[in-house]
Amino acid sequence: MNEAATYGPTAAALIGIGLYGVLTHAEPLRRILAFNLLGGGVFLVFGVVARRGAGAGFDGDPVPQAIIITGIVVAFAATTLAVALLLRLARLRGDSGND
Amino acid sequence: MTAALLLDLALALSAVAVALWTVAAKRAFEAIVGFIAFGLLLSLAWVRLGTVDVALTEAAVGAGAGGVLLLGASARLGTRALAEAKDVPILPLRVATGLLCALLSGALGWAILSLPTPAPSLAPLAAANLAATELGNPVSGVLLAWRAMDTLLEAVALVLAVIGVWSVAGDDAWGGIPGPAQPPRRDPALRLAARILPPIGVVIGVHIVWTGADAPGGAFQGGTVLAAMWVLAWMAGLVRPPAVSSRKMRTWVVTGPLVFIAIGLLGCFLADGFLAYPAAFTKPLILVVEAALTFSIAVALVLLLIGPPEAAS
Amino acid sequence: MSLLADAFTVVAVLAGLFFLAAGTLGLLRFPDPLSRLHALTKADGLGLGLIVLGLMPQAGSLLGALKLLLIWALAMFAGGTVGQMIARVARRDAS
Repeated sequence: MNEAATYGPTAAALIGIGLYGVLTHAEPLRRILAFNLLGGGVFLVFGVVARRGAGAGFDGDPVPQAIIITGIVVAFAATTLAVALLLRLARLRGDSGND
Repeated sequence: MTAALLLDLALALSAVAVALWTVAAKRAFEAIVGFIAFGLLLSLAWVRLGTVDVALTEAAVGAGAGGVLLLGASARLGTRALAEAKDVPILPLRVATGLLCALLSGALGWAILSLPTPAPSLAPLAAANLAATELGNPVSGVLLAWRAMDTLLEAVALVLAVIGVWSVAGDDAWGGIPGPAQPPRRDPALRLAARILPPIGVVIGVHIVWTGADAPGGAFQGGTVLAAMWVLAWMAGLVRPPAVSSRKMRTWVVTGPLVFIAIGLLGCFLADGFLAYPAAFTKPLILVVEAALTFSIAVALVLLLIGPPEAAS
Repeated sequence: MSLLADAFTVVAVLAGLFFLAAGTLGLLRFPDPLSRLHALTKADGLGLGLIVLGLMPQAGSLLGALKLLLIWALAMFAGGTVGQMIARVARRDAS
């Protein structure tokens, strides 16, 4: 239970920090970065829930753990799409000479 | 117990400090380096939370592949700014945002600490379902049998992401070789690494998938290691992926989900329903699904990292 | 026997931590990129090597111990490669 009490507030802090970054940064790349921090915090909430649900001989509830793994991979896929859009935007701006 | 608590506190504080640095850093490059360190600290936190499977995924996908992606993007953007100074909120607004975010964090932290005890848990159910799969790793059991639908949808999400990334290609470049127009850097040290590492890395990747049946590991973690080997060889200029228009390439990307769906449909006739495995063949079928998924995940991750075709073909 | 192994582990890991701390100090305090790289790659290789050496008696099996050794070798190889690449960029930027 000790770990849950430590990492629960950590997760909450990470969500706040990430959200602040998303809202206050103007550069799209920095926003993508901050959004991933926010996501890390949300996954950590799941991790704390998994740890609290330890039982049946497991260190943690395997269902939230599986969901986190799915989530990390999908978050990465979404990030690649965001980065691709960002680079395309940069190229279009460069092409039209509005740098 | 106190030593463990100290370790947890140190890890938690470092993770929060690095996250703050990532948001506060002046240049994007510094922020990304902070983000990679953050991912590695987070994977240590996962180990402390008893979820080694997640730790492996976080280190491989979050910090590793994510770091490569963002560093590459930052290098290609260079000093070019996509936003102007006037887009940054004024100081009072930033302070207000900070206060509200802190309030949100406080409320969330309070909510997490006051979760009901004993915590609701699906662990006993997962344990009961694990026996039928002949797997020793409960997380793999949940991913491939009990909640197979989530895993299938995730594999499909990767295919959709590849389509999404490809769709931002310019009209002139469509159908060409994925990746930037200029060839990757040809550094001799990198070329040496790209020749020596892949044989070792492929064995390690396959090992992580295979061992995932009974110990931490699995298709996503192993697939990422395989993808890393391909990306390494690509960065060194040793290999180029097939063109976006090639049928072979497109087949590779969808093999995993298609095999998964086909075996799932088989379950409609031979077992209890979609994505249910016939009892006698559960373990072999799971292995087939995992092998196909690993392959397609690796290909999809490589394509996502390399990006859309940019050279006019 | 196990007490001896434990004592060896503690000594080796502590020595490893010392070298890692020294390498980090070098990274923070040395004036130019090349000497910073030198401090980091050398001291980290030794530090990680000592930690791996110390953990090998605790691995429980020969295979586990060999895996630890492989991890050290891979980290050394990656560190050497990246060190070369950064040094090349640093020299190009300096000239």
